[in-house]
Amino acid sequence: MEFTLTDTQQMLQDTARRLVRDRYGFEQRKAVVASALGYSAELWKEYAELGLLGLELDEDHGGSGGSFEDLAVVVEAFGRGLVVEPFLSTVVLGAGLVTRAGSAAQKDAILPKVAAGEMKLALATGEPKARYSLERIETGAKRDGDGYLLNGHKAVVLGADSADLIIASARTAKGVSLFLVPRDAKGVDVRTYPNMDDRRAAEVTFDNVRVGADALLGPEDGALLHLEAAMDRGAAAICCEALGTMTVLNELTLDYLKTRTQFGRPIGKFQVLQHRMADMVIAEQQARSMVQLAAEHANLDDAKRRAQAISAAKVQVGQSAQIVGRGAIQLHGGIGLTIEFVAGHYFRRLTAMEMMFGDQAYHLKRFAA
Amino acid sequence: MELTYPKEAQDFAEQIRAFVRAELPAAIKQKVLFHKRISRDEQVFWQRKLVEHGYATPGWSKEHGGPGWDALQRHVYDDVMSEEAAPPAIPFGESMIAPVLFAVGTPEQKAHYLPKIRTLEYFFCQGFSEPGAGSDLASLKTRAIDKGDHWEVNGQKTWTSLAQYANMIFCLVRTDTEAKLQEGITMLVFPMDLPGITVRPIITIDGGHSVNETFFDNVKVPKFGQIGEPNKGWTYAKLLLGHERTSIARIGQSKRELRHLKALASEQESDGTPLMEQQAFREKVAALEIELAALEITALRIISTAGKGHSPGVEANLLKIKGSEIQQRLTEMMLEAVGPYGLPFDTNKGLGETNLPPIGPEEAASLGPNYLMTRVVSIYGGSNEIQRNIIAKSLGL
Ligand SMILES: Cc1cc2nc3c(=O)[nH]c(=O)nc-3n(C[C@H](O)[C@H](O)[C@H](O)COP(=O)(O)OP(=O)(O)OC[C@H]3O[C@@H](n4cnc5c(N)ncnc54)[C@H](O)[C@@H]3O)c2cc1C
Repeated sequence: MEFTLTDTQQMLQDTARRLVRDRYGFEQRKAVVASALGYSAELWKEYAELGLLGLELDEDHGGSGGSFEDLAVVVEAFGRGLVVEPFLSTVVLGAGLVTRAGSAAQKDAILPKVAAGEMKLALATGEPKARYSLERIETGAKRDGDGYLLNGHKAVVLGADSADLIIASARTAKGVSLFLVPRDAKGVDVRTYPNMDDRRAAEVTFDNVRVGADALLGPEDGALLHLEAAMDRGAAAICCEALGTMTVLNELTLDYLKTRTQFGRPIGKFQVLQHRMADMVIAEQQARSMVQLAAEHANLDDAKRRAQAISAAKVQVGQSAQIVGRGAIQLHGGIGLTIEFVAGHYFRRLTAMEMMFGDQAYHLKRFAA
Repeated sequence: MELTYPKEAQDFAEQIRAFVRAELPAAIKQKVLFHKRISRDEQVFWQRKLVEHGYATPGWSKEHGGPGWDALQRHVYDDVMSEEAAPPAIPFGESMIAPVLFAVGTPEQKAHYLPKIRTLEYFFCQGFSEPGAGSDLASLKTRAIDKGDHWEVNGQKTWTSLAQYANMIFCLVRTDTEAKLQEGITMLVFPMDLPGITVRPIITIDGGHSVNETFFDNVKVPKFGQIGEPNKGWTYAKLLLGHERTSIARIGQSKRELRHLKALASEQESDGTPLMEQQAFREKVAALEIELAALEITALRIISTAGKGHSPGVEANLLKIKGSEIQQRLTEMMLEAVGPYGLPFDTNKGLGETNLPPIGPEEAASLGPNYLMTRVVSIYGGSNEIQRNIIAKSLGL
């Protein structure tokens, strides 16, 4: 395992952290979340200019050929600032899948645009009854002339609202396949709402949506392996993000323990609070270790080893997120629960991450299998 | 796991159950079940029903206009009311200030306040906490100066729950700045529409509005609203907080939520079978159920010794700690039960204020907000750290 950042990663970390510090203050973020779009188009452009959107993509596709570890550094910084731009859905999930499963023509059509900030993507896999399973889906794609006809309901689709293209999983004759569906195609309905972490998601329904043969992404009936790889990337990324989030939350709580006084002394003088804070720091460190494991394994082709590492990370980070999140609120007292104070927003983010890309129970079972 | 009550208590339970089933409007019941906010009007409506049928203010003696029930009857009452999803009573009037009035109110004060508290004509809120005085309540600074026929009050309270609904407040104010902190505090009761009172909402991370900041600017409080003696307010407050802590255990509510959790987990599918049939989940629910049963038996045990003249001491602290932890665990498991549908956070929907069709299972929308806000039960009513400090002290440590 590599425990130090490369020069590139150090640079990326500086860049992303500076961006978050300068552009993602509490009030700035509040304005972005409240805007009609729900994210900042201006920042999205900046991410593109800084090369963050194409970080992992080939140079042929406008990227810089970086690794998942490079990406991890950026995502962690985004977690520090509770960034809401559709980076996970577009870069980690969408572009990741196209890179992995797309034809040359599909890559050429999509990836350069993603890198340039001109196209956003979303991955629609979840369904009302699927819970975290990728297979138990009912959305169907029937052959229709030289194309397909899609029908079904996709649940809690991250970034669907802002996506130009939605990558949807659907049942085909003998398995599961992936399709590229333009968000504005006839028959696509997107009901948008904010998630608990202020990112937007949507219920997406397909009502006789017709797509051409070229919409098929990856092999017909054989998309499951690709889908699993995409979800592992998502899980790895959300772990990186959560690490950034819990690091800042621990800083906030520690600071609060030193400044809030009750009974004539800083509350950090009470031993029971000291011990809880110590446990929160231990939890952060445990998470940091597993995030590193996850980042190293996120793009691994060996699906079994990858699954083990990612699931292990998701369980540990999920547990750490709960220890840090709940602890922070308890140690802040009432103030931690108000919308005008920053800690509560970090808690919300850490609560949301548990429900994304499989919860602890799901990953524990997968690890133990 | 069902505990059985003695025969009379069972009959009593059936009688209350019949009443609630007949009188509680389905719409209100649904709101309680799905963690949605009960409006002021609904709360008052239900209180009037309780009064009409002799079920209001269950903790009051006959002398004060209550039913005069014993501790077991009270427990059964709370249990059935919660089970049937009746709106929980607003504690501030009937369970917090009323017991203080019983103890130290003048006959005139009792005659004036108690009947109106009973009907909720007086909707009280609690003005104790201040920005600088949370756990360390005795350090409160809101100042009251004796002006002969009235107290003049200046300062700020915070976290005032339901101040936006309330027309009355009870407050702790500093009346002696020289004395020891605990010995310079007076308890006052006054209307919220006195000139000089400003209420500002505090929005919480569930998106809801239940708490407020309350400001006092030269508020003239008539002496009639002074409770007991000046500078003895701390003693009265301790009496009042003891009552608050016992009610925060909410055992009946947790029993209802446990049933709700099981129903929810039976409807949710995981890998093609109901979540409730998955071994790992089932065992987590079982562990919680056992802990809740132990808490209920503990409560019953405390009740039985209380009946024998033993005054409850640290038992209230114990019930508060365990009760709050179980409530939190329940909200965690319910959120887990709905999986990814815990994410949508349309706060209006969560609190029951729009008419759009639900996203995902009907109950899912409220589970995220409910999880977030239930973190408060280990903070308010004396934080669980403070409760443990009290227990440790009582052990001689
Ligand atoms: C939703 C909500 C509703 C409320 N409603 C009301 C209301 O209607 N009326 C009202 O008056 N108040 C109300 N409160 C206030 C509530 O009682 C206080 O939040 C509570 O007393 C804790 O105070 P604090 O928030 O200032 O936290 P602090 O006292 O600052 O505590 C911060 C942390 O320090 C810990 N701590 C403090 N002292 C010690 C110690 N000696 N030993 C160990 N740990 C310690 C606490 O346990 C906590 O973890 C409400 C609060 C909330 C959040």
